[in-house]
Amino acid sequence: MLADFIETIVKILVVVVVLLTGFAYMTWFERRVIARLQVRIGPNRVGPEGLLQPLADGVKLFFKEDIIPAEADKALYLLAPMLAVVPSLLAAAVLPFGPDVTLFGRTIHLYIADINIALLYFLGLGSLGVYSVVLAGWASNNKYALLGGLRASAQMISYELAMGLSVLAVVMLTGSFSLVDIVEAQAGGRWFVLMQPLAFIIFVITMLAETKRAPFDLPEAEQELVAGFHTEYSGMKFALFYMGEYIGMIVISGVAVSLFLGGWQGPFAEQIPLLGVLYFFLKVAVFMFFFVWMRATLPRLRYDRLMQLGWKVLLPLSLANVVVTALAVVARDTGFFGLLG
Amino acid sequence: MSGAELFFYVLAVLAITSALAMIFTPRPVYAVLFMVVNFVAVALLYLQLEAPFLAAVQVLVYAGAIMVLFLFVVMLMGPAPAPLWEHIPAQRPLALLFAVGLLGALATAIRKGAFTPLTGTMSSAIATAGGQSQALAEHLYNRYLLPFELTSLILLVGIVGAVVLARLPRQKNPTTD
Amino acid sequence: MREYAVLGAFLLVGIVLPAAVVIGGWLLGPKRANPVKNSTYECGLETVGETWIQFKVQYYVYALIFVIFDIEVVYLYPWAVAYNRLGLFALVEALIFAGILVAGLFYAWRKGALAWF
Repeated sequence: MLADFIETIVKILVVVVVLLTGFAYMTWFERRVIARLQVRIGPNRVGPEGLLQPLADGVKLFFKEDIIPAEADKALYLLAPMLAVVPSLLAAAVLPFGPDVTLFGRTIHLYIADINIALLYFLGLGSLGVYSVVLAGWASNNKYALLGGLRASAQMISYELAMGLSVLAVVMLTGSFSLVDIVEAQAGGRWFVLMQPLAFIIFVITMLAETKRAPFDLPEAEQELVAGFHTEYSGMKFALFYMGEYIGMIVISGVAVSLFLGGWQGPFAEQIPLLGVLYFFLKVAVFMFFFVWMRATLPRLRYDRLMQLGWKVLLPLSLANVVVTALAVVARDTGFFGLLG
Repeated sequence: MSGAELFFYVLAVLAITSALAMIFTPRPVYAVLFMVVNFVAVALLYLQLEAPFLAAVQVLVYAGAIMVLFLFVVMLMGPAPAPLWEHIPAQRPLALLFAVGLLGALATAIRKGAFTPLTGTMSSAIATAGGQSQALAEHLYNRYLLPFELTSLILLVGIVGAVVLARLPRQKNPTTD
Repeated sequence: MREYAVLGAFLLVGIVLPAAVVIGGWLLGPKRANPVKNSTYECGLETVGETWIQFKVQYYVYALIFVIFDIEVVYLYPWAVAYNRLGLFALVEALIFAGILVAGLFYAWRKGALAWF
């Protein structure tokens, strides 16, 4: 019992520390990669290759004044940045980041919790993520912030449907909402991206929109809305929005990897568990690079186009994908193709 | 008091206070947020009753969709605090009447209802179906077929209502939007 | 239920972390407020008029259609997870269910409710 307790606490702390480090170094990674893609050098002065830059930024932000606009709604203004972090952090709990490990004679599962509604838990937390942006925009009592917040929330709800439906196709193939089961079902290189390429593409597009990343970064389109919903924020509250965004990117990439790219599965991962953890982090890192690459390559969508893409392209496509998957599963189970041949 | 009882009472108090706060706050945005707290507390109560699917759906639909809609409506209305006059004559006495009626109906339902604790048969039904969501699906898609299909018609009415009420500007050529 | 208790512990950590960050920033940062600094930021211009005004109805229409389709997707979750056991009959049921709502989406589309103007 005590051992269980200690194991849980250690796992929670490790996951939180990894996510926070990931957040800090993702800011460095993004600035360096974007700089390279734009033929610049990027931050390279603070520490070797600029590696201490995130630390310096963090320290700086701690010593910045926390400005609360006189016109703001104080309570909600304080609540909004905290709400940005909580859902994206909590979603990490259901990610399996490696196979079972035996340590000190105990079998340790490399996930915080395996619940049988893991995907619904993830989608539910995603739907709560809307509150931080809409409340930040409203509580600031700033026109840019309010417009940014409203745009962001309308965008997030529009893409949530397509995301839910693309996940549904994978659920049909496995008969489970648990990410642990879904990763197990992809053993031996049977990654779901091979069976569900369309669902994978839809999921990747919607995950860019859900994390409000380029080319869907309209809520903070700097040319028209200054910094969008967090225009008025400064100091650590400002940092919390970035913390929420980057942790969200890492976690949603982890979900994408678990759903479509076999999670921690890979050659010899069963024999050497650490290799599984490495595969998982490498796959997530590919997604992180993809996020930055998209930002450097694609121009921002116009807002009406963005809404049209969500409602008139992705929603019908993802629904069609579910229907085709359903037909294929029935055809397989009833041996329909066998009858033909 | 056991841990489970303590958990229940904390959540029950949270649910009731947030509901009261929702009614009594004069600021619409806060009312919406108190309602979200209420829904989350109720979802946690479902979880305690070992209905995780219901808990997740409660958060997903009520907190994640319907309350976002409410928040939009509140913001669309602008900053005006709730009007102090009432549109329907005798609104308060009527409301009281309906509230008492609903309470009576609920009390009767609870008193007559067969609230048996989770017995072996139910848990085994869930086990044979392979999980709670699966058991729910078997009921929904076999026994309650007609209500399920009717739900989609009700939702369709919702879409039509939204489109009609929005009073969209007439478009010259609706296919090329 | 054990797994949910673990999630509860994680939730506590998840709440303490941002709270600690905000408190840390509040303790370490300077507090030199003045009316100009605390005024609404609008790129240096004086802000004109109310911020909390009426917004266009489009946001509301989208939110309403979203709620309806969200409920549809929620109905499809148990169907998808039990699909292997439900088989052909359930497929037909779900097709009718989704078909009616797709008709609704098509109606809203034709009426221009999905256009941003």
